[in-house]
Amino acid sequence: MTTETTAETTQVYRVWIKTTPERIWTAITDPEWTVKYGYAAPSYYDLKPGGAYHSDASDEMREFGAQNGFPIPDRVVDGEVVECDPPRLLVQTWRMLMDPTTAAEPYTTLTYLIEELKSQPGVCRVTITHEMAGAPATATMVAGSPLDEAGGGGWAWVLSDLKSVLETGTALSGR
Amino acid sequence: MNEDDDRVFKALADPTRRFLLDLLFTREGRTLTELESEVEMTRFGVAKHLKVLEEAGLVVVRRAGREKLHFLNPVPIRLIHDRWIDKYTERHVTALIDLKNALEDET
Repeated sequence: MTTETTAETTQVYRVWIKTTPERIWTAITDPEWTVKYGYAAPSYYDLKPGGAYHSDASDEMREFGAQNGFPIPDRVVDGEVVECDPPRLLVQTWRMLMDPTTAAEPYTTLTYLIEELKSQPGVCRVTITHEMAGAPATATMVAGSPLDEAGGGGWAWVLSDLKSVLETGTALSGR
Repeated sequence: MNEDDDRVFKALADPTRRFLLDLLFTREGRTLTELESEVEMTRFGVAKHLKVLEEAGLVVVRRAGREKLHFLNPVPIRLIHDRWIDKYTERHVTALIDLKNALEDET
């Protein structure tokens, strides 16, 4: 794979959050926390290399599916832990199962990097790098919809909501 | 976090910087050389603009070997959207709904 191909199929998202690396790590990896922001799907990690990862459908997702007449799978995202160095680095594979097109695409690679700022202790920089070679439908989905319809905000919205939850205790949706 | 908002608004206030963001929106992961070829400006000028965008968090640089690749980071714009735009558009929409209700009540 050439550098250029990698660059074109990679998306990077970054946010600064006033909290500790440990709280961010927990908010990403603990199902009791992942239901508080973003798509609110409980996420389950076996936090070791080769360990399984999956996110389950939230009640909201099931309701939405039922109303619109398409089935929502019990597992909406699955993957495997590649590298795990709490509370700093999590590398995992990631496949979106909600949509038949994205479910048929190859696994993508998702990296969470959490760095406390030396210049501003108490503030962390969170960087998500999502490498999606051969997965254009997934890339479109996680980039978010500019119309912002029905949870279409992608990673930018998820990180914005994560910041809101950790700094104010309340998600943007008021959950 | 008002300082962060200031940096984002200042970064967005310049047309060249908005153009650079648009370039990265169409295709991510470009090098300085690639970006420079699209702008009527010196390499130094483009590098300075990219630095401002990076400090505002709107551009994230990743190293790939000897190359520095530039990626658009939409999160600060999302945060401004959530903090500023939503607030005012919501009121606007509510005002229209109130107007509709008031007019419909009259008939």
